Amino acid sequence: MTTMVAPERLDAWRGFSGHRWRHGIDVHRFILDNVTPYQGDGNFLAGPTRRTTGLWERVADLMAVERERGILDADAATPSTITSHRPGYIDREHELIVGLQTDAPLKRAIMPNGGLRMVENGLAAYGYELDERVREIFTTYRKTHNDGVFDAYTPRIRAARKAGIVTGLPDAYGRGRIIGDYRRVALYGVDALIAAKEAEKATLDDVLSSAEVVRDREELAEQIRALRELATMAAGYGFDVARPAETGREAIQWLYLAYLAAIKEQNGAAMSLGRTSTFLDVYLDRDLREGRLTEVQAQELVDDLVIKLRMVRFLRTPEYDALFSGDPTWVTESIGGMARDGRPLVTRTSFRFLQTLYNLGPAPEPNLTVLWSPSLPDGFKRFCAQASIDTSAIQYESDELLRPWSGDDTAIACCVSATQVGKSMQFFGARVNVAKALLYALNGGRDEVSGEQVGPASDPVSGDVLSYEDVRERFDRMLDWLAETYVDALNVIHYMHDKYAYERLEMALHDYPVKRTMACGIAGLSVAADSLAAIRYATVRPVRDETGLIVDYVTEGRFPTYGNDDDRADAIATELVHAFMQKLRRQPTYRNALHTQSVLTITSNVVYGKHTGNTPDGRRAGEPFAPGANPMNGRDSHGLMAAALSVAKLPYDDARDGISLTASTAPSGLGRTPAERVANLVGVLDAYTDAGGFHLNVNVLNRETLLDAMDHPEKYPNLTIRVSGYAVNFVKLTREQQRDVINRTFHQKV
Amino acid sequence: MTIGSVHSWDLSIGVDGPGTRLVLFTAGCPLRCQYCANPDTWQRRNGVETSVEEVMTRVRRYRRLFDATGGGVTITGGEPLLQPAFTGEVLRACAAEGIHTALDTSGFLGARATDEMLADVGLVLLDIKSWNPATYRRVTGKELVPTLAFAERLARLSRPTWVRFVLVPGLTDAPDNVEGLADFVATLPNVERVDVLAYHRFGAAKYAELGLPYRLEGVAEPTDEQLATARNAFASRGLVVT
Repeated sequence: MTTMVAPERLDAWRGFSGHRWRHGIDVHRFILDNVTPYQGDGNFLAGPTRRTTGLWERVADLMAVERERGILDADAATPSTITSHRPGYIDREHELIVGLQTDAPLKRAIMPNGGLRMVENGLAAYGYELDERVREIFTTYRKTHNDGVFDAYTPRIRAARKAGIVTGLPDAYGRGRIIGDYRRVALYGVDALIAAKEAEKATLDDVLSSAEVVRDREELAEQIRALRELATMAAGYGFDVARPAETGREAIQWLYLAYLAAIKEQNGAAMSLGRTSTFLDVYLDRDLREGRLTEVQAQELVDDLVIKLRMVRFLRTPEYDALFSGDPTWVTESIGGMARDGRPLVTRTSFRFLQTLYNLGPAPEPNLTVLWSPSLPDGFKRFCAQASIDTSAIQYESDELLRPWSGDDTAIACCVSATQVGKSMQFFGARVNVAKALLYALNGGRDEVSGEQVGPASDPVSGDVLSYEDVRERFDRMLDWLAETYVDALNVIHYMHDKYAYERLEMALHDYPVKRTMACGIAGLSVAADSLAAIRYATVRPVRDETGLIVDYVTEGRFPTYGNDDDRADAIATELVHAFMQKLRRQPTYRNALHTQSVLTITSNVVYGKHTGNTPDGRRAGEPFAPGANPMNGRDSHGLMAAALSVAKLPYDDARDGISLTASTAPSGLGRTPAERVANLVGVLDAYTDAGGFHLNVNVLNRETLLDAMDHPEKYPNLTIRVSGYAVNFVKLTREQQRDVINRTFHQKV
Repeated sequence: MTIGSVHSWDLSIGVDGPGTRLVLFTAGCPLRCQYCANPDTWQRRNGVETSVEEVMTRVRRYRRLFDATGGGVTITGGEPLLQPAFTGEVLRACAAEGIHTALDTSGFLGARATDEMLADVGLVLLDIKSWNPATYRRVTGKELVPTLAFAERLARLSRPTWVRFVLVPGLTDAPDNVEGLADFVATLPNVERVDVLAYHRFGAAKYAELGLPYRLEGVAEPTDEQLATARNAFASRGLVVT
């Protein structure tokens, strides 16, 4: 295939159905009016063409060099904007979908608006030096988000942050987790979007200029400016995105250019794509019907888009990468789900996206996320299960929980955070360490590692044996302090992010006014729950050092643990999630954002564990926590499904930013024959969803494979595993994280 | 209400019968298989006294799970037929509630299972440890004959059965042992499939904990080739092998 450019201008909306979406910006309505649900299996899919394989091999070669060096290249002199860099190509003649973040593949850009230190350290780590002029600009003339935050942090926030009880805050880099509705650019073209934004802005013309109104007007003006820059950037690649896309190829190109503008402007922690496959299917399906495209060509376009998504890069520090395992970008694409009217939103292009795992091989990005419902077509369910077993590269989220709350155009931002595409955004808030908070409660607010007074001072626990009632009451008070300190920090962060690093382009692809959530989170749930269960059901004696600080525990007797479908322990975890959510809800939020909470750690469970002392459940100081909402490693002794049922008890209503479960099993743990494994994994996903489970990462791997990959990384460049909400390249993990993954319960049956 | 000695339970997927299953491990076993992965279930005293009603409370908890996955309850052990009254009542109660049941047994105590009890069993997982009587004695410490008699009775009663055979290099893999078993199984029309399982060493640590000698020290797990040969012996006789 050489060219598919339309020979003459076509009516962009020819053959489309429905009216409402024509008279306002409403991609959701467009999809419902035009989707062709696909009920069949994957037999229609096409493999990679020679061109696709050749192009991907070129990229893979560059990635191999990158893996060795840390980064392939960086532009240390040009702060990235939508239009900062000249067009870049992998291999111009052979690319079907074009556009790179800088003028060369995998060359990283700098984005100092979030924080200059992150940029300087990131460059220095790989032997680059920040351009002197850029440094001058961002120290003399222009303030960063990071500077603003530290101007406004209170001593109390600083102390909590330093002690690691409040962690991972987006105060030194882009907050991310905002998904622009990139589909709008394809469906309407930039001119129509600008006109709509101008109309939104005009609604404020007759409103008195309060601080809020002034801010809204300025933001809308910036959004319009960003849309114009998008059109300029696209023109550099030879595309007129002022008008709507006319073909499938243009729709993918337009959508990708819009996404590209976002990742040129923002180094967000997670830069998710949204829910695009079924939208794009409308275009590809029309081209197929019109004879403009064959299945092979349609797949090529999707493969090319995915190649681009696999190349998204940000300059970050090695410490950041160590925390999150490799180079995550969370280009999350949400696939499948059901419409509220009962139709599946599964299309052939949903399959085509998953097919890239075969055509290009497994990879952690884009973060392919299937919105699961027991009502999905059987052929799709089986295809997903098969792909999970073959690649371990898919995560699942319950469409049954998402749809009633946020509708049938919901996409996942990052790992587990629900977003109504183009209508809602979140203020990403990382998480607090509730296991450490429990230790603070016992020690009267002193940190169990440093001995410093961090939390509010009170008398530490006295006596030889811990009493459950006493501990619960102390813990409750400590969580009050924690919730207050935490949301206070988030309010500072998001005020400053809006002020100094506003996501102009992403927000231009949202409705005005937008709904906002304040996405709080907790880590260490299973450690805290098991510790409380130990205190309640066994005998726990504190061990104090010479300063009176409790530094260890002697636990006698048996106690139930979270993760075995044992209500005694699971109820403690459930109550803790509920109680902390109640406390969060009591805190005022910046821009009146709606409070939400996640039980998610990504891979930072290792680092949180490192900074947390001995705990009453018998976990030793420094030992990793379990990831996300997982039971503690090795304590779930009744099988994967029992663990999943425990996690499913955590109330989604109190954790609407998501609850993450990672399950690893050997292939033999799913059944004896390949066909049985597929059927059984479908059954597990149906049953878990039916039980109220929210999220499941599925790894189907042999322990031996992972051990071998630790010693021979060169043999496994594509070994992908799911880790608490997203996928990583196993060989890019630190050895410590690799060991953590392997030590996690392998649900193995032979 | 009958009380049984139950060692533990778990939920397993696709390996103890179809779908996701509540697997009940009864405590106590008359055999002492050299490769046993659960020596902690040998003694009846290692179990917890559990009433049929308690078991059924847990079973009912997973009703929807069984429906969603096409699963059910599997009673294993230990040897479930060492406690025939308890096992029979659990099977009866499950059958009465329309829950699929599987009975995982060596067949050595097959005579203790009444025809009525077997009518409540949806699937028998029959572990035939060996064909050669001497090898059977060596592997289990007991006689082969009762198991064969039970297998033939299941055939007469047309109870759906999956035969399981564990391949241990140097112990059960002699060609005449495997072929002989395959010949026998091929005569049983009720056998839906044969699982040739690879011996594994996951149980070894338990022996150390229990202070028991591990008699297969130094025995390797079978190679893929050895497994393929054994599986082929069954498959070549028209049996479904997994």
